[in-house]
Amino acid sequence: MTDRPLKVLIAKPGLDGHDRGAKVLARGLRDEGFEVVYTGLRQTPEMIVTAALQEDADVVGLSILSGAHMTLVPRVCRLLRERGLDDVLVTAGGIIPDEDVPALKECGVAAVFGPGTTIAEVADFLRANARPRD
Amino acid sequence: MADTRKPATGETAIAERASALCEAALAGDRRALARLLTAVESRSPLAEPALRRLYPLAGHAQLIGITGPPGAGKSTLVAALIAELRRAGRPVAIVAVDPSSPITGGALLGDRVRMQAYASDDGVFIRSMASRGHAGGLSSATAAAAAVFDAVGFDAVLIETVGAGQSEVEVAATADTTVVVEAPEMGDEIQAIKAGLLEVADIIVVNKGDRPGAHRTASQLRAMLADAPREARPGRPAPKHPEVLVTSAANGDGVPELVAAVDRHRSGGPAGGREAARLKRAEAQVWAVLVDRLHERVRSLEGAETTAPVGDLAPASRRPDAGAEGPAAERPAAGDLLRRVASHELDPYAAADAILRQLMAGAPASEGRARRG
Repeated sequence: MTDRPLKVLIAKPGLDGHDRGAKVLARGLRDEGFEVVYTGLRQTPEMIVTAALQEDADVVGLSILSGAHMTLVPRVCRLLRERGLDDVLVTAGGIIPDEDVPALKECGVAAVFGPGTTIAEVADFLRANARPRD
Repeated sequence: MADTRKPATGETAIAERASALCEAALAGDRRALARLLTAVESRSPLAEPALRRLYPLAGHAQLIGITGPPGAGKSTLVAALIAELRRAGRPVAIVAVDPSSPITGGALLGDRVRMQAYASDDGVFIRSMASRGHAGGLSSATAAAAAVFDAVGFDAVLIETVGAGQSEVEVAATADTTVVVEAPEMGDEIQAIKAGLLEVADIIVVNKGDRPGAHRTASQLRAMLADAPREARPGRPAPKHPEVLVTSAANGDGVPELVAAVDRHRSGGPAGGREAARLKRAEAQVWAVLVDRLHERVRSLEGAETTAPVGDLAPASRRPDAGAEGPAAERPAAGDLLRRVASHELDPYAAADAILRQLMAGAPASEGRARRG
């Protein structure tokens, strides 16, 4: 439909204070032509979902390095569904052990980007997988 | 809500979907509101029918513009204003604009970082927007987005511009009250008498009031602005005499005083000034639609297949529609059209179409570019 930039919300759920990775990705996606909303540190799942709703984000990217991903990420996915945002593409990144990836995908995460992922890989994935809307 | 996701094609489908989104948003559905804002922002086909439905319902909200150089504390001040307005129970919407890259078209929208506390408050709605190549400190859809928020019942709309230099003054034609935020030690008296940003301020805020030099900066600004002539000369716009306040947005100092000053500005001052501001806003919006319409026509000419004579270039849907502007034979003056847009009797699309029809019919452009306040 309308040719508009994809809007990506980058969020840091939970209590870890390390957002260098999130900022590098935000800036990299900006350079790839995305409109990136960065929400800052220490977000609750409720805050992230409210921001995604108000911004009408096409993608929610969750950056998490604290080890709490199995608690926080499913909660974000559930809240997104509850508020009618089940067409939003959810991705996760940070320090997430391989053995947790299937469970995260099960609850609705489209991709998990670990250390070593390039910006181009993320950008290509988002362009290929974000739902077309008008 | 069920049918609000699939891209709509075909004119009836688009009209139906726009109408469904509008009714849902008016009934308080925030998801529908967010979708409408996207449509308006990206000028999707839904934008026009949606705005034509909503524009007549707008005109009640207080539009407050917040501008100033990068890093002066605009977002932090907006967050403090949200808190103050919510204490008074007023629903608040925020349009926060950040710049798009002129190179890639991408943008980093970071204003939300300072506005974290309102996730569970249904009376606050924050929307980030990229400027998308629009100069002037706003995006081209900012005024329309404000009208959408206004129509669905937000009582105050805060419009935060990109970090402004000296000449990003468009917000003054969009907001009822323009607040220019400065940081301490940003310049001397000469900066205060330069044309541009400070000239359009209704209120000047020296933020970071806890820093050394804040009060000195404020008194310098007051001293220079106090020298401005008080009497308007015939035919010249009266110079503004902005209040100069000191705030410390991070801890809330001075923010209640700022809200009081904004309310004073809204209710005080000559009614003629407010009317002039509304006319300016109407003119800007009609102008934007006119430019879009002309683009469309030029593109349809470039399409080359068309052999239609000049005057018959409008798509069937746009020809003498049941527009709200009355029979074309009446040829309403442009100034009159703008006044009706300013009072929300008429939407900007209907006014732009009426002007275009006159142009295409070769009629004189009446009052031309209307009166400049």
